[in-house]
Amino acid sequence: MAQASLIDTPAPEPVATAPSRQAGQLSQTALMWRRFRKHKLAMLGLIGTGFLLVVVLFGEFLAPYSTTHYDSDYTYAPPQALQLVDQEGQWGLHVHPLVMEQDPDTFALEFTPDESDKVEVGLFVRGVEYELLGVIPTDRHLIGPVDSEAPPMYLLGADRNGRDVLSRLLLGTRVSMTIGLLGVVISLVLGVIIGGISGFLGGRTDMVIQRIVEFFMSIPTMPLWLGLAAAIPRDWSPETRYLLITVVLSFVGWTGLAREVRGRFMSLREEQFVMAARLDGAGRGNIMFKEMLPSLASHLIATATLAVPTMILSETSLSFLGLGLQAPTVSWGVLLQEAQQIRVIDTAPWLLIPGLAVVVAVLALNFLGDGLRDAADPYKR
Amino acid sequence: MARYVLKRLLYVIPTLLLISLVSFAIIQLPPGDFLSSYVANLSAQGDQVDPAMIEGLRQRYGLDDPFLVQYWTWISGILFAGDFGFSLEWQMPVWDLVWERLPLTIAIAGASTVLVWLISLPIGVYSAVRQYSIGDYVATTVGFLGLATPNFLLALVMMWLGFTWFGMSVSQVNPGTLLIAMVVLGTAGTASLIRILRANLLDELKKPYVVAARAQGLSEGKLLVKYPLRVALNPFFSTIGWLLPSLIGGEVIVSTVLNINTTGPLMLNALLSQDMYLAGSIIMILGVLTVIGTFVSDLALAWLDPRVRLGFS
Repeated sequence: MAQASLIDTPAPEPVATAPSRQAGQLSQTALMWRRFRKHKLAMLGLIGTGFLLVVVLFGEFLAPYSTTHYDSDYTYAPPQALQLVDQEGQWGLHVHPLVMEQDPDTFALEFTPDESDKVEVGLFVRGVEYELLGVIPTDRHLIGPVDSEAPPMYLLGADRNGRDVLSRLLLGTRVSMTIGLLGVVISLVLGVIIGGISGFLGGRTDMVIQRIVEFFMSIPTMPLWLGLAAAIPRDWSPETRYLLITVVLSFVGWTGLAREVRGRFMSLREEQFVMAARLDGAGRGNIMFKEMLPSLASHLIATATLAVPTMILSETSLSFLGLGLQAPTVSWGVLLQEAQQIRVIDTAPWLLIPGLAVVVAVLALNFLGDGLRDAADPYKR
Repeated sequence: MARYVLKRLLYVIPTLLLISLVSFAIIQLPPGDFLSSYVANLSAQGDQVDPAMIEGLRQRYGLDDPFLVQYWTWISGILFAGDFGFSLEWQMPVWDLVWERLPLTIAIAGASTVLVWLISLPIGVYSAVRQYSIGDYVATTVGFLGLATPNFLLALVMMWLGFTWFGMSVSQVNPGTLLIAMVVLGTAGTASLIRILRANLLDELKKPYVVAARAQGLSEGKLLVKYPLRVALNPFFSTIGWLLPSLIGGEVIVSTVLNINTTGPLMLNALLSQDMYLAGSIIMILGVLTVIGTFVSDLALAWLDPRVRLGFS
């Protein structure tokens, strides 16, 4: 293990191509950051993930409306384009209000933007009240119609009930992302304990645990997830459901992490500092969690980051099928439930936009995780 | 070889036992037993419930017995009489329902596996041999996208495109939807298999024997196919082990989206209506099929690669 090799060689070889003179004196963190920065996709992933976290934290501020705001006059209203200059050449953000017409033959609703009229849109406008970060009560929103009595603004279109897709997408980010993060934390705890014991003790214990892990890996997870999720009573509160779904996801997802941790522990077990701790009379638990675990931290963070996307994808699939989260909870999967039928997608393709958010989030986290994995071992190569 | 088969078989049996236990636990999970909820449902709809039939079912499944006794009643029925229980939703034996749909499920999973192989072999080899070429980057990018897109989303988008561009029928099974199902199921598997094959082949190509063969004047094509590729091909067999569970799982979602009448949607509906004997049985059958598939692929791998057979990894 590279971290441990520090003991043998006090000053690691300076990275051959490094422009810096004192690579040997840089701290481990600095070395990791240097390596991470070189990875362009990883930087892109970092930016994407950072952006998502901002949305998670400030969702209510960024969203023009609340998740429950609806206007049944605007069923499946198409996205409106944000305009900067109006027809008289005057500057100012606005959208054209939608005029609804009903096709006399099919009764289908048709929306056309009324080019001659405009709905003024402002930044930092007053809207529905909320608590920023859960503590600061305010009613300011980044963007929205200046006059709250004016026709609504749908930058990404509206759904079946005339709810704003953009607002729901932004506010659903919190649930989808946190379920991924929370789920990974739970499976990381399980994985570290089980995988750690397996790798550290070895022998018979290791064999039994590995068989169990293999068992979990050999059964199709989706049916198992579905089965467990279906067992959650439907009348339980959304919060309980959210928590239980997270547990279900991590319950099946810990195996990969356990394997990774086991491998790391096995290779680390023979290192000199572990031997030193053992000779010092440190207990097994102490050696595992106080000596070995810290030197694995960077690897674990990388592995955990790579596990988040799987969780997000699973939550989305479960919710899409109607066995995961359910309205009134808003997550990307719940939003995609709206787009289950081809006829609906044909009328309102913008309902698939939450799917795009899933792809972006998964890619960003994957790139970030890949970069972290490379950076976790800055001495390699 | 016989030793290896025996050893492997020894692992299969407890796995099967565990799968059946987990499936039965899922049957038991919803609060209250399924009969009471069934009766409550029927009464709510104003239907007449025959108390004699309910009592008969209660006796048959031993609903008042402890968990393990009930499990034994269930599993012995399956093992010795092929009786998977009765679907209350459909008023039919579970096995009849499953049997109608199982062939299509297996066909789709099998065809997707073949598709994954057919696509990832040439692309994986190309990506390794022409590392960092434009083609390699394109393959990597497409692979990443394939991994990042949820199956159901891809299925929805493809079906929508088929519907709007080609006027494809979406209400029933047709060659179009089946093709979409296979492509969608294949994407994620293809992406990961390409990555594995590329990495393996790259490792292999750096080895001294390749240099030696090249120095002796062996042509590049012959050299590639004769040695490194054969070694790098191992994952193609071991993949079934992890490909199959994900294919079977993905099949549930994709078939639901595409209206294909396989065991997947049947299980989903059973879970939604808490028809637990049907749902639990399908979960078990899919699990068992996966284990068998993995077992066969392990045997194939051991037969091909003596290192596996003799216990070196």
